[in-house]
Amino acid sequence: MFQAFVIQMLVTGGVYALLAAGFSLIFGVARMINLAHTAFFMLAAYGMYFCSYQFGLDPISSIILSIVVTTLIAVASYKVFIDRIREHQVTVLLITIALAMVFQELMLLAFGAHFREAPVLIPGYLEVLGVKITNQQLLSIGIVLVVLVCVWALLLRTKLGLAIRATAQDTEIANLMGISVSRVLLITMGIAGALAAVAGVVVAPLWVVYPYMWLSPLVMVMAIVTLGGLGSIKGSVVGAFIIAFVETLVVFLVPAGAFLKLAFALLAMVIILVVRPEGLFGVIFEEERL
Amino acid sequence: MLRRLFKDFQGDVLAIPGRLIALVFFLLLFLFPLITQEPYTLRILILANIYVIFAVSWDFLSGYTGQVNFGHALFFGVAAYTAAILNKYIGLQPWATIPIGAIVAVGAGMLMCLPALRLRGPYLSLVTLAFPLIVLGVIKAFPDFTGGEHGITGLARLSDSRLTDYYISAVVMTLSVFIMWKLTDAKSALVRTGIILHAIREDEIAARASGINTIRYKMLAFAIGGFFAGIAGGLLAHFMRIAGPSTLDLMLSFQAIIWTVFGGIVSIYGAVVGVYILYPLMEFLRVIPELRILIFSAIVIVILLFMPEGIAVWIRDKIERECPRCKLTNVWWRRTCRACGASLY
Repeated sequence: MFQAFVIQMLVTGGVYALLAAGFSLIFGVARMINLAHTAFFMLAAYGMYFCSYQFGLDPISSIILSIVVTTLIAVASYKVFIDRIREHQVTVLLITIALAMVFQELMLLAFGAHFREAPVLIPGYLEVLGVKITNQQLLSIGIVLVVLVCVWALLLRTKLGLAIRATAQDTEIANLMGISVSRVLLITMGIAGALAAVAGVVVAPLWVVYPYMWLSPLVMVMAIVTLGGLGSIKGSVVGAFIIAFVETLVVFLVPAGAFLKLAFALLAMVIILVVRPEGLFGVIFEEERL
Repeated sequence: MLRRLFKDFQGDVLAIPGRLIALVFFLLLFLFPLITQEPYTLRILILANIYVIFAVSWDFLSGYTGQVNFGHALFFGVAAYTAAILNKYIGLQPWATIPIGAIVAVGAGMLMCLPALRLRGPYLSLVTLAFPLIVLGVIKAFPDFTGGEHGITGLARLSDSRLTDYYISAVVMTLSVFIMWKLTDAKSALVRTGIILHAIREDEIAARASGINTIRYKMLAFAIGGFFAGIAGGLLAHFMRIAGPSTLDLMLSFQAIIWTVFGGIVSIYGAVVGVYILYPLMEFLRVIPELRILIFSAIVIVILLFMPEGIAVWIRDKIERECPRCKLTNVWWRRTCRACGASLY
C-alpha cells in the first residue's frame, strides 16, 4: 500500500515536474502565461498513439517522431501567432487558450472523443517489497530524471543557457549585449515545447489519451508553478512533488472523492501563498533562476 | 433648461461617433421585439444580455485595476447556487434571490481578496483560478444538497413570458453597464473611482505614494465586479431554471476573458461588443456542430492577430480622433477640432 503510494506519487510528480518546468521556463524568459502548454503535451500523447498504432512504427521511433513534431508545432505557433503581438500580454494569453482549443478540436476531429492508450515500451513488471511496479512506471521516472538533469545542465553549463538566463533577467540589456532576443525566445519556446512533449510521451501508455486531457494538468501546472515561485525551475520541481503528494494522498484516503483531488491541491497552493506570497522559491524576476 | 439639455446631448453624444453608435445600439435593443418575437432569437439575446453583464464586470475588475482574474466564474456560480438554494429550499422569489445571490457573491469576492490582495500580476491570476474550482469540488462533495453533477433544477421562472424576460434582462444589462461605465469614467468630476482605478493599473506604487489607499480601492473593485457578476449568475439561474456545475467552470472564466479581450479590454463597451459578436456567432455555428469550436477559435485568433487591442478599440480608433490641443473627441472626417479649431493632422 505504502510503496504503491510512493510509486504513484513519483510518477505523477515527475510528469507534473516536466510540464511545470517548461511552463515556468517560458514564463520566466518571455513573461507570457502559455495556456497552450499542456495542449502540446496532449499533442505529443496523440502523436505517440498515432505513430505506433495507426502508422505501425515501433515505440522508440514513434517517441522520437512525436517529440520532434510537437516541438516543431510549438515553435511554429510561437513564430506565427505570438511573436508579433508579444507586448499585449492579455492578448497573448487569449491567443494561447484559443490555440489550445484549436488543437483540442483538431484531435477531436481526427480521432474522436474516445479514450485511447499508447503501447508500453518495456512490458512486464518488477516486484519490490510485495508491490507490483510496471517497468513502464520505472522507465518514466527514469526519463523524467534524465530530462530534468539535461535541462539543468543546458541552462547552467552552456552558452545558450547563459543567453537564456540573461534574457530572463533583463531583456533590454541582453539585447544590448548582442544576444538576439527573438531567437532566444524561439529556442526557449522549443525547449518548453519539447519538455511538454516528453511528458506527453511518458504519460501516453500510463494515462488515457483523449482530446480534453490538457485541461486538468493545465490547472495543476499553474498551481505548481505559482506555489513554487514563477520563473524558478527548482520551485516547479519541488512544487510538482508537493501537489502530486496531496493529490495522491486524497485519492488514496478517499477513493470515492477523486474529484476532490483538484480542490485539495488548489487549497494547498492557496495556503502556501498566504504564508509566502512569492511562492516557495520565489525569485524576484531580476534575480538568478535555478 | 430643455435647450441646455439638448445642447449637452448634441455635444456629448451626437458629436462623438462611438457614443452615437452606443445610443443607436441600446435603442435597437429595446425596440427589437417589434421586429421579431421569435422565442429562439429572444433566448439568444437574453443570454447575450446576461453574459454582457458578466463580461463587463470582468473588464471592470480586471481591465481597470489590472488584477487579471482567472476565476471570475466564482462570483457567477456562487450567486447562481445561492439563488437556486434560496428559491428551492426557502421558496423566495427571483426579485429577492438575485440581489441576495449577488451580495453573497460579494462576500465570496472579499474571501478571494484575502490571499489575492497580497499578490500581484500573474500570481494573482493563478490564485484566483483556484477558487471556483475549490467551490466546485465542495459542490460535488455534497450531491444531496447541491445536486452534484446535475445541479439544482426546477427553479422559479424569471417572469411569465419570454418577452418580459427579455425586457428584464435588457433593462438590468443597460443599468449595470451604465453604472460600471460611469464608475470607470476617468474624466468624470462626480465619481473619483475611475481615475483612481486607472492610476492603480498604471502604477500602484505611485498611486499609493499619492495618498490613495490602494487596498481599499482594489477591494472595492472586487466587490463591485463580484456584485454585477453575481447579478448575471442569478439571472442565468432563474432564466435557465437550473444552477449547475457549469456556472463555476474554468471555461466560463476564460469565456469572460475571451469576450472582453476580443472586443477590447479596459473599455467597458469592448466587452459589450465582444459578447454581442461572439455569442450569437457561437449559437449560429451550431449548424456545424463538429467544427463549431474550431471555427470560433480560428476567428478569435485571426481577429486578434490583426487587431491586438480588440475589435471595438480598433474601430473606435478609426472613427474618432482626439484633438491634440484640447483633448476633445472628434469625428474622423473633421480636419479641425470642433471646439478649438486646432488642426487635427
